Amino acid sequence: MDGLYVIIAGAGKVGWNLARELLEKGHEVTCVEQDRRRYLTVEQELEHAVQYGDATELWVLERAGIQRADLVVAVTGDDEDNLLICQVAKEKYLCERIIARVNNPRNLDHFKLLGIQPAVSATDLILRLIEHEVPRYGLVHLLDLPEERLEIIELVVSEDAPAAGRAIANLGLPEGSLVISVLRGGAGFVPKADTVVEAGDEVLVVLDPGIEADITAKFVSENGRG
Amino acid sequence: MSVLDEDPLSHERLDVELGRSWEEAGGRFTIGTALEVDALIEAGVEDADVFIASTNGDNTNLVVAQIAQRRFNVDRVIARVLDPRRAAWYSEQGLRTICPTQIAIEQLEQAALGAD
Repeated sequence: MDGLYVIIAGAGKVGWNLARELLEKGHEVTCVEQDRRRYLTVEQELEHAVQYGDATELWVLERAGIQRADLVVAVTGDDEDNLLICQVAKEKYLCERIIARVNNPRNLDHFKLLGIQPAVSATDLILRLIEHEVPRYGLVHLLDLPEERLEIIELVVSEDAPAAGRAIANLGLPEGSLVISVLRGGAGFVPKADTVVEAGDEVLVVLDPGIEADITAKFVSENGRG
Repeated sequence: MSVLDEDPLSHERLDVELGRSWEEAGGRFTIGTALEVDALIEAGVEDADVFIASTNGDNTNLVVAQIAQRRFNVDRVIARVLDPRRAAWYSEQGLRTICPTQIAIEQLEQAALGAD
């Protein structure tokens, strides 16, 4: 991960802080900001690492050096801009890695339709954090990679769950699933076939998409599902 | 003919210029923004033979035209794009674009340098 050249479109809160972090990690960064006043503010700190311009314009991207960019991150407050910046970065300038911010989660489908992945929605991230902090739902999605057909979920084993008090091998988990970690009393370990699952354990399960309900049924009782 | 616009005033303007109501003349009008899939569907994008994206924003036009093309499989999709370079690039990618800037440049050039 060293020595990347990153172009960040949008020097708002997200873009500015991202630029700062990447610079601290030793990467080369150019931020592009279309609001003159915002640009002047950010320029006091980032100096030559920020440029004034509309990153949806091709010459602005070229001036920022898009031909040699390893990564383009579009984090403006406008979803259409983010979509098109990533689209030209990928398809015209053949930039291999792009990341787009989705401001309105309802636009996520448009990003997928045009092949702009990954598209990151702050609303979704916060929802995940809430699920993580408030595990009363019993289930947290830690990782979803639909393209790769891979999911990792975290479950808290409830008192009267079918799995409580049984060994992993005897749980009758569906094919395409595997318990990869058990967190008990603040410490995690990789379970063996004879590891007995206890109520209150947090288990991490890797699974094929679509079989989540079968797995949830083993670890969380009906009433425990909140 | 179906028009989608976020401003109800645009509807009134259509009426005034026709001298009768837009609906009487056989038109449809839907209030909404172009990126709302529900509004597009209400405006009839699923049955459209032709889709024209001509809002006052290039970026909106380029995005919504691609949605009409790829999601709703409209046969003929046209986008108004003021920026000549992007108009040219997107038309290379198979999207029909109309660039008023390019047309104006050609006409101005003709007016300035052409024969009387």
